[in-house]
Amino acid sequence: MAQLETRGLTARYGDFQALFGIDLTLDEGETIAIIGANGAGKTTLLRSIAGVLRQDPGMVRFDGQDIGHLPADEIMARGIAMVPEGRKLFPSLSVEENLLIGAYGRKVGGAWTPDAIYDLFPILKERRNNPGTALSGGQQQMVAIGRALMSNPRVLLCDEISLGLAPVVIRDIYAALPRIRESGASVVVVEQDIGTALKVAGRVYCIMEGRVTLEGTPDTVSRDDIHRAYFGAAA
Amino acid sequence: MIGADTIIQGVLLGGLYALFAAGLSLVFGIMRLVNLAHGDLIVLAAYLLLVVTTALGLGPFVALLVAAPAMFVIGWTLQRVVLNRVLGPDILPPLLVTFGLSVVLQNALLEGFTNDSRRLRAGPLETASVDLGVAMVGVMPLMTFASAVAVILALQWLFYRTELGRAFRATSDDPVTASLMGVKPASIFATATGIAMLVVTIAALFLGTRANFDPTIGPARLIYAFQAVIIGGLGSLWGTLAGGVIIGVAQTVGAAINPEWQILAGHIAFLAVLLIRPRGLFPRAVD
Ligand SMILES: Nc1ncnc2c1ncn2[C@@H]1O[C@H](COP(=O)(O)OP(=O)(O)OP(=O)(O)O)[C@@H](O)[C@H]1O
Ligand SMILES: [Mg+2]
Repeated sequence: MAQLETRGLTARYGDFQALFGIDLTLDEGETIAIIGANGAGKTTLLRSIAGVLRQDPGMVRFDGQDIGHLPADEIMARGIAMVPEGRKLFPSLSVEENLLIGAYGRKVGGAWTPDAIYDLFPILKERRNNPGTALSGGQQQMVAIGRALMSNPRVLLCDEISLGLAPVVIRDIYAALPRIRESGASVVVVEQDIGTALKVAGRVYCIMEGRVTLEGTPDTVSRDDIHRAYFGAAA
Repeated sequence: MIGADTIIQGVLLGGLYALFAAGLSLVFGIMRLVNLAHGDLIVLAAYLLLVVTTALGLGPFVALLVAAPAMFVIGWTLQRVVLNRVLGPDILPPLLVTFGLSVVLQNALLEGFTNDSRRLRAGPLETASVDLGVAMVGVMPLMTFASAVAVILALQWLFYRTELGRAFRATSDDPVTASLMGVKPASIFATATGIAMLVVTIAALFLGTRANFDPTIGPARLIYAFQAVIIGGLGSLWGTLAGGVIIGVAQTVGAAINPEWQILAGHIAFLAVLLIRPRGLFPRAVD
């Protein structure tokens, strides 16, 4: 049984339908990537899993239980943490407080403590008392990842953690991924950068206009397949 | 004659206004909600204290231990059942609802208690005074001011040193992202209003022991509270204390010049501060 699964997941914003029946699975310990063009529905998919957008109960299943209807705080308490698009640090909180609040709704113990996060991203320790928003983009992304890890999640959802960052910084951030996996978390990364996605994930899903257009392992999908799945057959 | 004595009386009066204002400041800071019934809730708490003192034969300070938790529950329920439903991007619905609540509270208190003036009795403390060297000051005003400082210290500690305080600030910044941390914004808001009502009960204690009250005096207390919050800078608790002191000093100085100028002088001080510092004395950096 998959750890996390969506079944015919649909989502709408008012009259506008953003997702048309997404089926995906994530096994325990696995890392999957979701790729797709701007506006494809990647963020909508993660927000639906995380409970920010609430759907029908059976559309999202976690540990064999229907969770599609639960609010974000209850889903987080079950062990699904999200690094939201755009980082969304709390400006009124220091770096350390941003980390601490990551465990607010789930205190289960585990590998991730503030010290473990500082070990993963040493620069944050120096900046621990600064406001979260006084950091560089890459450092802020580290705080956002650390904040999500603080709940010792079983599933970590990462929405475009490389967005707007320089290549070396992206490398630094992705260098943390193996240790995150070692802590037992399964990972879903949403990426615009196909190269990065194929490098880190065991399987990739490509989404176009709210539908899965391609699914496979990095060594079985070709660049052409991806190009078609990304932009449609006409492109 | 305006001497040190007048200024000291004004500062101490400012403590009372800061107590009126602290709850308003707290609620505004966390959920951007302007509660127009705040003054009437202070009056409600004063009547609750009155009922507890007369029914149980307790002094007002002991009655606080009964009334404050009751007010917490009232605030929590009010937020959970009514105000959470009207919070949103549009600021008009909460204004209308709390204005309606203000009217309802005044009428309910009139029904229940008539418009007779009431007073909370604090016994010999009412007339006790101490010599501060420069002036004789009443023990009750001194306690009022000390309570205001204590309340603000406690709220500062809650805000900046506790996990609940972190959740308050995070929810104020961004409730959706806060919910990703496991915070339930609806219950955070309810807890905040409950805590504001604890402060309201303390304010009511000093309001009711200092002077007479009746069901109609709420809106004027709201105005002083408002002025203190705005002069201090929205969302700053120490600013709220400073704002209360400025209003209090202006009022006593105004009254010393001409008794009819007391209230007017407070309003003029309010306008004067806003002319010089339109965002108040200590505006919060992030809004
Ligand atoms: N709050 C909203 N209200 C209305 N429509 C929305 C809202 N958020 C997203 N959409 C629409 O839903 C569709 C999917 O958006 P989504 O943000 O999920 O895309 P995305 O794949 O994450 O894109 P990007 O790569 O730009 O982040 C888009 O057409 C978008 O315009
Ligand atoms: Mg997106």
